[in-house]
Amino acid sequence: MDLTYDSELESFREQVRAFIAENWPREGDGAVQKFRQLAIDSGYLYRHFPKQYGGSEQDAHPLKAQIIREEFGRARAPGEPLGIGPSMLAPTLLERGTEWQKEKFIPRTLTGELIWCQGYSEPGSGSDLASLRTKGDLDGDEWVINGQKVWTSGAHLADYMFCLVRTEPDAPKHKGISYLLIDMKQPGVEVRPLRTMTGTADFNEVFLTDVRTPRDWIVGDRGEGWLVSRTTLKHERNSIGGARRTEESLNALARLAKKTTRNGRPAIEDPAVRQRLAQIEGYVQAHKYSGFRQLTKDAKGESVGSLQLMMKLFSTNIQHDVSRLSMDLIGADGMLSAGSAHLGTPARDSQSWIGAYMYSLGIAVAGGTANIQRNVIAERGLGLPRDAAATRSSK
Amino acid sequence: MNFDLTDEQRMLQETVGQLAEKQCPVTEIQKRLESEEHNAALWKALSDLGVPGLAIPVEHGGAGLEVLDLAVVAETLGYHATPGPYLGHVLAAHAISLGGNEEQKKRWLPGLATGERIGTIAFAETGSAWDPEQWVLSGEGPLTGTKEFVPSADIADLIVVGLRGGQLGVVEKGAAGLAVDAVDCADLTRRVHHVQFEDTAREILPLGAATSTAVRDVGLSLLAADALGGSQRLLDMCVEYAKTREQFGVTIGSFQGLKHQLANMAVDVEPNRGLYWFAAYAQDHVPHEAERISAIAKAHITDRYMQIGRDSVEAHGGIGFTWECDVQIWFKRAMFDRAFLGSPSEHRERAVQLAPWAS
Repeated sequence: MDLTYDSELESFREQVRAFIAENWPREGDGAVQKFRQLAIDSGYLYRHFPKQYGGSEQDAHPLKAQIIREEFGRARAPGEPLGIGPSMLAPTLLERGTEWQKEKFIPRTLTGELIWCQGYSEPGSGSDLASLRTKGDLDGDEWVINGQKVWTSGAHLADYMFCLVRTEPDAPKHKGISYLLIDMKQPGVEVRPLRTMTGTADFNEVFLTDVRTPRDWIVGDRGEGWLVSRTTLKHERNSIGGARRTEESLNALARLAKKTTRNGRPAIEDPAVRQRLAQIEGYVQAHKYSGFRQLTKDAKGESVGSLQLMMKLFSTNIQHDVSRLSMDLIGADGMLSAGSAHLGTPARDSQSWIGAYMYSLGIAVAGGTANIQRNVIAERGLGLPRDAAATRSSK
Repeated sequence: MNFDLTDEQRMLQETVGQLAEKQCPVTEIQKRLESEEHNAALWKALSDLGVPGLAIPVEHGGAGLEVLDLAVVAETLGYHATPGPYLGHVLAAHAISLGGNEEQKKRWLPGLATGERIGTIAFAETGSAWDPEQWVLSGEGPLTGTKEFVPSADIADLIVVGLRGGQLGVVEKGAAGLAVDAVDCADLTRRVHHVQFEDTAREILPLGAATSTAVRDVGLSLLAADALGGSQRLLDMCVEYAKTREQFGVTIGSFQGLKHQLANMAVDVEPNRGLYWFAAYAQDHVPHEAERISAIAKAHITDRYMQIGRDSVEAHGGIGFTWECDVQIWFKRAMFDRAFLGSPSEHRERAVQLAPWAS
């Protein structure tokens, strides 16, 4: 066991630092874009994408990738833009797309010029996603798509959607789905905002009526969409980013405990509050060292085993604990809304905690509910038998 | 950056695990639960592997390894619920290694390294006073007073005693005025005793006052390791039971209610492994974090172990509540790990006092 980086990696860190010191912050129009391009040219961003598609084409090296994230984070320098296009679509195209698809879509997706949304969930297909019913029929050289998607983040801003569509109605359910790319700016695409309990509209419903897309805007073969949608980026995954976020949540919670009071004293002096903070810290520290384990295994090209399956549930549990304690700390302010801009009054600090309290539920549900995570842990991690109903319906 | 066990550490776990399974499988543990006799053959077999002297310096007959090596063995022994004096013994040896002068080390460590002599620690005083700052037994002259919850005191050849001011003294077997009383304890694989001194001769470890908190912290990280191993074993037992027990014509492991319970237990085990690794590793390599992280690890992992013990009884149904069901063995190891060297809430309070975010 050794928690230090060797001298080669430490000198790599120095290089990254020197690069940032020289180039960030910068001023003027497009400063962020210019910085990102320099970072790509220097091999620091989009390391796994070939140069011809706008990447920097570096060999996979999880430890270098980690150092880059650390140093960019420390300097608050812009890294790879967030968003479902760069994080999900581009890697999928890289693995499964045709040459022209890669050339057409990847470079502009990486720069953030093309905005994507994801068309997976449907009103009747949540946990049982493979039961989806949006259908695609071939009409000459075009697919004609009809159906409805839901929980579609950013659909109102998106140029394109990557979408799971049933194109082979007679095939078994997982084998009848294709992965299609759809232009969102066309008649027949109707986006309706979906207001959440926080009061703001974070996602949309998307109605697709006789929407058309060219025959070759399919990724993978017909009926392979389920597999294509499972393509994930493995080589330089950010295995300790989640732990860093939970650590930040604990720090924020401790700051809140210093600002709020109990019995006329700062809440952080209250023994019950201290116990709860320390309990949460047990999980936060476990999260941190689990991240280190994962990073180590990634660097060796090995699997960390069942731990991988647990991390989502583990971190949502922590966020729940954090939000529960925050609600206790803010006291009567716990009756406020998550912050409604339309009232025209500035939101109190405590309202951002209420927002987080509500969002922690959204996080628990997004990308597979906590109960689905438990099924995965039990079946794939512990080797328990598959659910009888789920087994039957997948045949 | 390599946050993983070495091949040697994995092999050590495997070797100790095979020995534990062969020499003292759970059927044997069950059989001997109510016998107070020390399993000398088992201790001899562990001694032949070098377990008692793992972290004792090479020049004093040990293997010169680190706290993390002690911890990975503690995890394995926790997994197998292996009876014996390991915990108290390695802590006593550690106290002498850190706190003794050269002459004392030369005199005591070789015997402890081979396992021919057994050591233990006597830290607790009445009222759960485990912490060095709370010790009031005076070491000014011969000892007169009581220490509580001393593991293996009945077979120990030497006892490292915590004294006022955080000092450490050594009392040898057969010393005049030393009396050992059995305690009606839950964990019958690691029996504890109350120890009384009446004008009993002691030898002070010159660097004891500077090292007693470090010895405590090593103990906390070993308890965390034992708890991780025991938690894993309980989980394995529950999963095995869920795969074999049938009701309504199917194995109960196919029911979502039980699956989710087992998944929740699993999430209380595997993510804690790295936490105990770091707590143990920090003792030798990250001294400025060692005290706080071992407090957090002990509090968190032993607390989760106890909860997994409760969940395991439930997952086994009625049989889980019986003496003959093996769950009770680990349930009671969890009770020991949780209480020994101080309860989770005490260590949590200390962790907050030391927390960078609290100041």
